[in-house]
Amino acid sequence: MDTELILKVYPYFLEAALITIELSVLTIALGLICGALGATARLSRFKSLRFLGAAYVSFFRGTPALIQLFLLYFGGPQIGIQLDAFEAGVIGLGVNIGAYMTETMRGAIIAIDKGQGEAARTLGLSRSQAFRKVVLPQALRLMIRPLGVNINAQIKGTALVSAISVVELTYTAQRYIGSTYKPFEMFFLAGVLYLVIITITGKGVAYLDRKVRLPA
Amino acid sequence: MGLDFSVLPPFYGTLALGVLWTVAITAASAVLSFFGGILLAVIALYAPMAIRLPFRFLAWLFMGTPLLLQLFLIYFGLVQIGIDLPAFVAGVIGLGFHFAVYNSELIQTAMIAVDKGQMEAARTLGLSRRQALIKVVVPQAVRDVIPPIGNNMIALLKDSALVSVIGVSELTLSAQRAIGQTYRAFEFYAAAAVLYYIINLGMEAVLRWFENRNRLYR
Repeated sequence: MDTELILKVYPYFLEAALITIELSVLTIALGLICGALGATARLSRFKSLRFLGAAYVSFFRGTPALIQLFLLYFGGPQIGIQLDAFEAGVIGLGVNIGAYMTETMRGAIIAIDKGQGEAARTLGLSRSQAFRKVVLPQALRLMIRPLGVNINAQIKGTALVSAISVVELTYTAQRYIGSTYKPFEMFFLAGVLYLVIITITGKGVAYLDRKVRLPA
Repeated sequence: MGLDFSVLPPFYGTLALGVLWTVAITAASAVLSFFGGILLAVIALYAPMAIRLPFRFLAWLFMGTPLLLQLFLIYFGLVQIGIDLPAFVAGVIGLGFHFAVYNSELIQTAMIAVDKGQMEAARTLGLSRRQALIKVVVPQAVRDVIPPIGNNMIALLKDSALVSVIGVSELTLSAQRAIGQTYRAFEFYAAAAVLYYIINLGMEAVLRWFENRNRLYR
């Protein structure tokens, strides 16, 4: 282990880690929005919306994220979508993780006892009131942990944008492997930073989950 | 530049070969991740502390860092200590080990859930501890987690696209090669997406068949 080299290059890795964090936050935010829309569509009264939601989930979960990213970034200009690498990365990965989050959210919502919605309707709440005030708050509590799994996967998933040359952690590690021929040191540095980001996020999710858990 | 899907037919052969390599690397890594997962689960639950702890640490490393980075490490990093693996082998090891860690988490939970009486009964009947594990506990545990392991295998298929970056000529890299010659990114990546989707459907069908075959009550 070449510690001198590590001490020399670590500031660049810290900078790259900030980009990875930025990518993670943006893609997760977009994913949550897409997931909420997708789950709403999949649970809708209207058949066409249900179909749209199912098609969205099926395409994005049925093909590799890397291919989706390439399709958007390299193929986009042919159909009039011009994005820089960072934008393509955020949109591509955000919409991708949104498909997984759709299923997470839908799963949590249908796990709530049907009687809850029915009872609320009987008490005179409208359909949307019953959903917003009775079903959703309970479902949110069930969502936190599985969404945490999606989030964990997405943080690691941001490494994919290195393939369209966004200068985040993995790309930086690759670049320094290329110039120093010290893959282990570079992997060690990048790996430690990923582990720090993921461990902190995991603790945050666990804290949130504990906070909203019903007393047993 | 609009879309022109007539650029595809000359490259059908290239893409078909890519599909074959994708299926091959997925199958090889899936087998490795399955048996590796069982082995890691047994180590995590039954091995002495001195072996268990390093493996626990390794599992934590593999679950906390991106697969892409792990592939780079295995392919480029092992050369540093004198191990020069062909890209395909490095890809299989990377994918296989990465998913073995995830499979092992599932199998461990299932092994704990297998009734203690099973092990005791097997021991009483004269089986050694190892025999009882391999022939009684592990098969029951694995049967319980076939569906979630199947999900991991589907994820593995999609993540096999990552080995294109270390130069395995699977579907993604085949599409990239064709794009290198035609500059038609959209058409070829769309074609690759369709092909992945079809492989995915096929794999789901196989997994469902396997699930039904191994169900306890039919």
